[in-house]
Amino acid sequence: MNSEFSSPIGKITQINGKCISLVGNDIDTDRIIPARFLKCVNFDTLGKSVFKDDRATLKGRHPFDLAENKNASILIVNSNFGCGSSREHAPQALLRWGIKAIIGESFAEIFYSNCIAIGIPCFTLLKKSIQDIQKYNENKSLFLEIDLKKSSAISKDLNFHLNIKESSKKMFLSGEWDATSTLLKNENLIERKKNDLPYLKFSLDL
Amino acid sequence: MSQNTLFDKVWDLHKVSSLRGGSDQIFIGLHLIHEVTSPQAFGALKDKNLKVKFPNRTVATVDHIVPTDNQSRPFKDNLAEKMIEALEKNCQKHKIRFFNIGSGNQGIVHVVAPELGLTQPGMTIACGDSHTSTHGAFGSIAFGIGTSQVRDVLATQTIAMNKLKVRQIWCDNQLANGVYAKDLVLHIINKLGVQAGVGFAYEFAGPAIDALSMEERMTICNMSIEGGARCGYINPDTKTYSYIKNRLCAPKNEDWDKALMWWDSLKSDANSIYDDVIRLDASEVEPTVTWGITPGQSVGINQQIPHLADLSPNDQPIAGEAYEYMDFKPGQSIKGTPVDVCFIGSCTNGRISDLRVAAKVLKNKKVSNKVKAFVVPGSEKVASEAKQEGLDKIFEESGFQWREPGCSMCLAMNSDKLEGNQVSASSSNRNFKGRQGSPRGRTLLMSPAMVAAAAINGKVSDVREFIYK
Repeated sequence: MNSEFSSPIGKITQINGKCISLVGNDIDTDRIIPARFLKCVNFDTLGKSVFKDDRATLKGRHPFDLAENKNASILIVNSNFGCGSSREHAPQALLRWGIKAIIGESFAEIFYSNCIAIGIPCFTLLKKSIQDIQKYNENKSLFLEIDLKKSSAISKDLNFHLNIKESSKKMFLSGEWDATSTLLKNENLIERKKNDLPYLKFSLDL
Repeated sequence: MSQNTLFDKVWDLHKVSSLRGGSDQIFIGLHLIHEVTSPQAFGALKDKNLKVKFPNRTVATVDHIVPTDNQSRPFKDNLAEKMIEALEKNCQKHKIRFFNIGSGNQGIVHVVAPELGLTQPGMTIACGDSHTSTHGAFGSIAFGIGTSQVRDVLATQTIAMNKLKVRQIWCDNQLANGVYAKDLVLHIINKLGVQAGVGFAYEFAGPAIDALSMEERMTICNMSIEGGARCGYINPDTKTYSYIKNRLCAPKNEDWDKALMWWDSLKSDANSIYDDVIRLDASEVEPTVTWGITPGQSVGINQQIPHLADLSPNDQPIAGEAYEYMDFKPGQSIKGTPVDVCFIGSCTNGRISDLRVAAKVLKNKKVSNKVKAFVVPGSEKVASEAKQEGLDKIFEESGFQWREPGCSMCLAMNSDKLEGNQVSASSSNRNFKGRQGSPRGRTLLMSPAMVAAAAINGKVSDVREFIYK
């Protein structure tokens, strides 16, 4: 767990770090952060509770507890990672544990949007490549250098071309992944849309 | 790419601008908030010195953390009390309409908004909750968002989103007696898988869907997200309109006529183009029960838990995990599985028609003495309607506890939780590991009627045996 946490800001172009592999499809956000930890009015203390119940079950053998994964920052996952509840607490907990990027076979949609919104780039790779990384990672540490512009991940032994949605990539490279300010630029268009929508003319104001 | 579907029409209508990289800026017609995913969003507004742009397009209620045994304030749980206080303060400060406990309109956000007539065809609806897909039952495009997007909607009334593809799920024929919307949607998710919907909006259509009531349609759309689809919808029809008519926030007088014409124009055209079409036969669906740890792992009541070899290679690892966690053996019958707790409620199946159907099964019957059973109405309105009909008495006489409205043991953020490795028969939507409050708790999802049957027998049972006896 990373004790000196600071939220990502500005352009994100390069992420270098150690990989942590978590094997399994359909890992849902209830598992990433159980609901009882949602009783909070800010995200600050979530890092220590990430995968709380899975970790307790595995009694120290969970990847997030293994000594060799200390200070890892690139999470390697399989398919449909982050399915289920829309809780942003899930990526916020991962971020606060120290995760800066995720590479997986596929991501659940709301989880993906939440990651992008808080500055965690999510990349996809084919199943075979993910399995190669996870297998390599079983025996030794893997340090990846991710170049967002080139969509590449390179290391001593393994190299990959990563896939990322073009819209997400542009947001990170330009530093405009904090959506609020981008959206606010179109204030006039928003006002116009509000005046044009048929149902806002006949719906009662709330 | 899809064309002329309701989804395309509503999306285009709400598009504010094209953003760099291919996503769209979409106007959100109705924003719903609750206590769990909004405080951080209000905090972010404060940090950025921003105001709520259109406070009269956001509505709040409190549901996730509320106790269901005693709702007097302050709540016994100090953290829960802090969360409701934060919502009260934020709504007051930003002049957002808040349906608090005791207002007569508090309840699970996805039960309350349709009840109030807030949910209407052709709207875009967003809420910091994945089951926002529920509102698609009215022909709105409704999806769950995270807290950062809640912040965006508060500040701009818009979000950035990539347009979804559209898959039509055409359901032929009719559901058999004793088979409900919950069974149909569990069946669909089982057939398509929990990942199939990623990147898609699901349009549910066909004779079996047309025949469903609005509340049943909400059950279907509610669980779209369990199939991976961020939103699911059903084209509006006369049932939709008569459900909305005369509700508190429904259009009135000449506005009603205008609304009807406009709503009718939104339906998917006969020559719509879909990115994908799936057909299935609703008459083949049996009462369905989940046996695993994803909502896709289900079987018909008379079927056996599948062997690994029966499953696709991609589904095998999670099935292996499920056998171990659930302590089930491949080939074992789901029918007869002993249950410890029976829960009727949630945004999937906590509406008045759900309570009616369960009460019908329970009338003049007793809950097994091995079972703890409780029913949590979806809203204050559902509770008061049920009381008027005497359903609360039927539940209580059978041995069910009658509780106050809230999300309760669907996600167990209040004190309603499983203990140890208890097995629950639950009318909710998720059977994930630990979902119902115990890290070893086991959830079997089923229809409210099936939960009632399980409660009486103390084990998973076929409700049709009760109905026809």
